[in-house]
Amino acid sequence: MPRLVLSGLTKAYGKLTVVDRVDLSLEEGEFVSLLGPSGCGKTTTLRMIAGFVDPTGGSIQVDGSVLSAPGAVVPPERRGMSMIFQSYAIWPNMTVAENVAFGLKLRNLSSEDVRSRVREILDVVKLENLAHRYPAELSGGQQQRVALARAIVVKPSVLLLDEPLSNLDANLREEMRFEIRRLHDEFRITTVYVTHDQGEAMATSDRIAVMNAGRIEQIDAPHLLYTRPRTRFVAGFVGRTNLLEAQVEAGILLLDGVSLGSAGQAGLPALPHGEVLISLRPQAMTIHEAAPTDAGLVLEATILGRTYLGEAWDYVVQPLGTGLKLRAAAQPLEAHDVGRRVWLRIDPRQLAVVA
Amino acid sequence: MCRRSARSGANSLAFEDIGMSQGGAAAPALRPSRFRLLEPAMLLWVALIAALLVLVAAPLVKMLLISFEMQETGEFTFQNYLTAYGRARYLDALRNSLLLGLLSATISTVIAVPMAWAVSRTDMPGKGFTWAVVLAAFVMPPYLGAIGWILLAGPNSGWINVVWRAVTGATEPLVNIYTFTGMAFVIAMHSFPLVFIFVKSALDLISSEMEDAANILGAGTWVTMRKVTLPLVWPSILGGFILIFLETIALFGTPAIIGIPARINVVTTQLWQFFEDPVRVEVAAAFAIPLLLITIALIAVQKLMLNRKGFVSQTGKGGERREVKLGPWRWVLLGWCVSVALLSVGKPLIVLLQASFAKAWGRGFSLDNLTLRNYRFLLFEHDQAPQAVWNTLWFSAASATMAIILALLVAYIVVRKLMRFAGALGFLAMAPFVIPGIVLAIGFYAAYAGPPMSLYGSALLLILAFTARFLPIAYASSQAAIRAVHPEMEEAARILGSGRLHAIRKITAPLIKSSLLGGWLVVFIVASRELSAAIFLVGPRTRTMSVLLYDLTEQGNFEVVSAFGGILLFITMVIVGIGMKLVGRDFMLRRE
Repeated sequence: MPRLVLSGLTKAYGKLTVVDRVDLSLEEGEFVSLLGPSGCGKTTTLRMIAGFVDPTGGSIQVDGSVLSAPGAVVPPERRGMSMIFQSYAIWPNMTVAENVAFGLKLRNLSSEDVRSRVREILDVVKLENLAHRYPAELSGGQQQRVALARAIVVKPSVLLLDEPLSNLDANLREEMRFEIRRLHDEFRITTVYVTHDQGEAMATSDRIAVMNAGRIEQIDAPHLLYTRPRTRFVAGFVGRTNLLEAQVEAGILLLDGVSLGSAGQAGLPALPHGEVLISLRPQAMTIHEAAPTDAGLVLEATILGRTYLGEAWDYVVQPLGTGLKLRAAAQPLEAHDVGRRVWLRIDPRQLAVVA
Repeated sequence: MCRRSARSGANSLAFEDIGMSQGGAAAPALRPSRFRLLEPAMLLWVALIAALLVLVAAPLVKMLLISFEMQETGEFTFQNYLTAYGRARYLDALRNSLLLGLLSATISTVIAVPMAWAVSRTDMPGKGFTWAVVLAAFVMPPYLGAIGWILLAGPNSGWINVVWRAVTGATEPLVNIYTFTGMAFVIAMHSFPLVFIFVKSALDLISSEMEDAANILGAGTWVTMRKVTLPLVWPSILGGFILIFLETIALFGTPAIIGIPARINVVTTQLWQFFEDPVRVEVAAAFAIPLLLITIALIAVQKLMLNRKGFVSQTGKGGERREVKLGPWRWVLLGWCVSVALLSVGKPLIVLLQASFAKAWGRGFSLDNLTLRNYRFLLFEHDQAPQAVWNTLWFSAASATMAIILALLVAYIVVRKLMRFAGALGFLAMAPFVIPGIVLAIGFYAAYAGPPMSLYGSALLLILAFTARFLPIAYASSQAAIRAVHPEMEEAARILGSGRLHAIRKITAPLIKSSLLGGWLVVFIVASRELSAAIFLVGPRTRTMSVLLYDLTEQGNFEVVSAFGGILLFITMVIVGIGMKLVGRDFMLRRE
């Protein structure tokens, strides 16, 4: 049985529907991110799971029992979950140890148990020396660790994280991503993670649910999301891409009238007949100054412009005979002059048809 | 003599500074920037320091000095202290004041904290109503509330007791306002808004995520409130408590109106008695010292508590704000707020208005009891009332204007850090905050009433005293206003060729206009009802409405007293209405 199931979950404020029939199911121990731009309904979804917001349609089940349905909502304090907030919400009037012990005390544990579990978890998050400090004396990263410890120590059925890293500076954010994943690997708590940062979602999650305008567009493992986006929105939101209108005629894939080769070629996804929209990642192309000898998807093109970004070149190329302008990435040493005739080779496995 | 000491203080400071600046100017090669000290702003600084010394420092110093002086001769002596603390009656007054302060502050806190929580965090209905109640209780002068409660709960003819006897046939009164608890209750009914404002603004700053975090870990509404929400605003609760304690021990009106007939002596009424013939200012000064020391000590304690690390509330918005759902409890809380409304404003106001339009208030609400005689008498026939109304209006306007101008200049210099030692100006401007009004009044009396200034009985004495007393209010609002204008606004004008004064006139002034107006109105309102300081400083021709109202109370004609109270309330309401219209709904209750 899945741990957490959202079925047809909907939240409307009057005429405005902010979460629209969301279906999502998490297995025990799974880490799923809700990824999307601001206003896409991801935080509202999370707060409905927590019980802070009542749904107007659909239901939320944990271990088979319904916690939220319109008109029947179990309050947050009786859900056995825990949550990490954007502002951390560390209580400034309590020490680190008191913050962490708060949830344990409410579970009527003996003070001996409380003490030992607080000590253990502070060891895990490497705060054992700061147990008696007040939050105002801690750095942002340390406060974040207190929030993690406080949420994990109660062994919640589901752990919810609401943009937990958005208030940290860039270096710390990178470090905390791995910390969150490390803690997940250690405790295997079923986790829902809300973020607008795809890097965070990719680094931490087993699966990512991309949300847009209140709906889930696609749920997949991070690498599949990247290489095989299923919708125009996902293709554009996750990573950079070239969205191209193509035609499939008589088994041939045509790009603005120029043939890319047979649609049945190895590695290509199944292509329906007629007009299709395809997503071609800049990384899916390599640029060659001589014509590649082996078969495959190859186009002749002209370099229109280039930008050096340090870790890569960003080229703008135009396939011969078309008005298209494609972005293509290349390694730092692969410098090609503007105006030069080149051959583009396309990895068919990274070409996706989007709806 | 005291005037000399004040002036010489100011002069010596001024000389020091001029000396410094000349020293700097003498070595232009090393520090050419010292030339800047000679610009007109320097003279302004000196003038401001002098003004603040006259208003704040001199009266206090003079009071301290004369408390060690023999009357007439001026020799050094401890005799005043021996007299002031040598009688059981005087010591009782001190003890009563402290107890009264504790009791009023406790009642106020109990009343106000649930209201603040309900308005700030919950889904209780009637929040606008509760706001209005707090504002009304805050605006209504406490001595009017006291008079209202005499009409309500006087042991013989008070409304509540009359009804009680009629309904139950009892012979004993149900409630008696002429008791220690009665007095504390009436005071609390008009001071609880302070706790409310403190606690509510603190609650407003707490992100709801603080509560959400407790909820999701298993804490219900009440546990969350007890363990998380209230502890977070604990410093504000304590701050409000301390402030009410201090206001109460320095309060004159209610203890005089209720306490004197009830034979309950407190420090302020005792000080008043030292001013009866023969006036013993020296003894009063000695007797007022504890009031000053307690105030300074408690304000210091409060600062320390607020600075403690663990209580630095980390504010920050995040997530949507969620109101605590109370279910049926919200009606309980609303009931609480309505009760407070009735007790603090509703009932006293109704009986006051009834009495003011009645031939005899005890005859109740009947048409043949209705008359305008009381108002007509006061406005057209009374020999002092019209004069008192006029005095109140122009004293308040004059002191509000002086306080705002002074505060604005000081705040501008302090906030923009235009000069070294600017902080000293700010300190002096805020100093009256820790001086109880009654102490300041004794200081002013000691310093300026007698020769060589001989200001006794002059309007100037009152205006200066009001200006000094309410300078901190004016300063706080000026400072907030100027802080809100980023210096780059002015700098942008100056780089385009506008001089500093031109930039201030064209850029800064329009931006801070409405906050300043708000500050002016607040000072006007509090000055127009001020009694504790005025009672010591008025002369025969400078009676204010508050003082005359107290005199009328002593004569016991409650219909006329109520009518005069009605006139005072009317004036206050007009000013509050203007303020709300021009500055904003919450201009009185903003916590600066």
